Amino acid sequence: MSLISLGSLDLALAAGLVLLLSALSWRHRLGVERRMLIAAARSTVQLVLLGLVLKVLFETTHPAPILLLALVMLSVAGWEVLARQQRRYRGLWGYGIGVLSMFLSSFSVTVLALTLMIRVEPWYQPQYLIPLLGMLLGNTMNGIAIALDGLTRQAHDARDRIEAQLMLGATWGEAIADIRRDALRSGLIPVVNAMATAGLVSLPGMMTGQILAGSPPMEAAKYQLLIMFLIAAGTGFGSVAALWIGSRRLFDERSRLRLDRLASGRR
Amino acid sequence: MSALRVQALDTAVLRSVDLQVEAGELVFLSGPSGAGKSLLLRAIADLDPSAGQIWCGDVGRSSIPAPVWRRRVGLLPSESGWWDEQVGGHFPARVHDRLGLSELLARLGFRAAVLDWEVRRLSTGERQRLALARLLVNRPEVLLLDEATANLDPDNRGRVEAVIADYRAEQAAAVLWVSHDREQRLRMKGRRLTIRDGRLEPEPGAGTGLGLHP
Repeated sequence: MSLISLGSLDLALAAGLVLLLSALSWRHRLGVERRMLIAAARSTVQLVLLGLVLKVLFETTHPAPILLLALVMLSVAGWEVLARQQRRYRGLWGYGIGVLSMFLSSFSVTVLALTLMIRVEPWYQPQYLIPLLGMLLGNTMNGIAIALDGLTRQAHDARDRIEAQLMLGATWGEAIADIRRDALRSGLIPVVNAMATAGLVSLPGMMTGQILAGSPPMEAAKYQLLIMFLIAAGTGFGSVAALWIGSRRLFDERSRLRLDRLASGRR
Repeated sequence: MSALRVQALDTAVLRSVDLQVEAGELVFLSGPSGAGKSLLLRAIADLDPSAGQIWCGDVGRSSIPAPVWRRRVGLLPSESGWWDEQVGGHFPARVHDRLGLSELLARLGFRAAVLDWEVRRLSTGERQRLALARLLVNRPEVLLLDEATANLDPDNRGRVEAVIADYRAEQAAAVLWVSHDREQRLRMKGRRLTIRDGRLEPEPGAGTGLGLHP
């Protein structure tokens, strides 16, 4: 088997489907055409750029530009987490909580995988580092965004419930425990579901890609498993970290619920 | 037990509040809505940031962890929050019988089976009385009551007033009670303060002054 190269006509046909869908949405006033087209245009530009950047990067083994790209990916993921919060933390915290917890989970899990499991030499070889980090960041970003949003939104709505516990002498950790558990669960549901149905309902994207690119299915399956476990661990640890920092920030040193540290809701 | 002493307390609304409630004393607080009565109680319970000194007996607010402080200085808010589906989940499991919870519930007009009730089916008045019960099993030394009988019919109001009066007598608890009900303030014979222009003053016609400085 060998890689079948895609021509521009093939891509144009696929893009035509998206255009068709947008036209349908416009015709019937479904209201998604604008967002759909912008997102499609964004992904086109971003992926072509990434392809160009990677082409250059793969020819070097100098760590500086590779690290730079990794940091750019991280900071964009941080903005994305922030953008998905209905009630953001005021000040640097809004951005910092997401970035820090993604950094802790995605970066450490990626480095661990490269040094201990895939054993790339040197570990920052871009052909492995960038795709792996991208997969991890993309997934932890989703988990952390959902978990944080759940935490702040519920804390805001359940102010009476939280403060009732504080009034009776509960610590901040006890008073937020239910909500934190709930937020963690909703952050992890996508990953858990993906693991549970992998191979039965859906062929995961990475495995599909490898098979289309001509890899033996067994090799593709093994890589997919590795990635899936890494994603689960990364999303889990990242969400736990984000929820821990986030819930701590909702209370001050006297265990007072400080909803004034959240900006007012948007939309 | 312990007196409540408030010195130069600044809340979001009130400036430089001085107040003393002796152990076993009852002090009523009234004033127009928005005058800062509830915020004063929240500040004393350390639920909102505030500057100034507060003592419960000879223990300063900032010298002990906030959860310990709130166990000693118990606040009953005008609207209580409920975090468990069942009433019983709001009472610490170990106190259920030892501290006479069923007797307390009976005095407030409930049978012990109320612990198995679902919170969402309670009426406002039932919530208010049960919130008092879950506060009292904590044995606070100071009671801060915010409109403790606002949603109650006369029978239940009488029950709550009796329970609070007895708790105050038995535990020598200092009680600071925000109440809009003038007859209640007169009936229960406490010292009466009101908020005017951001200051605590004796309620007109109350007879007694601030107590410390007659």
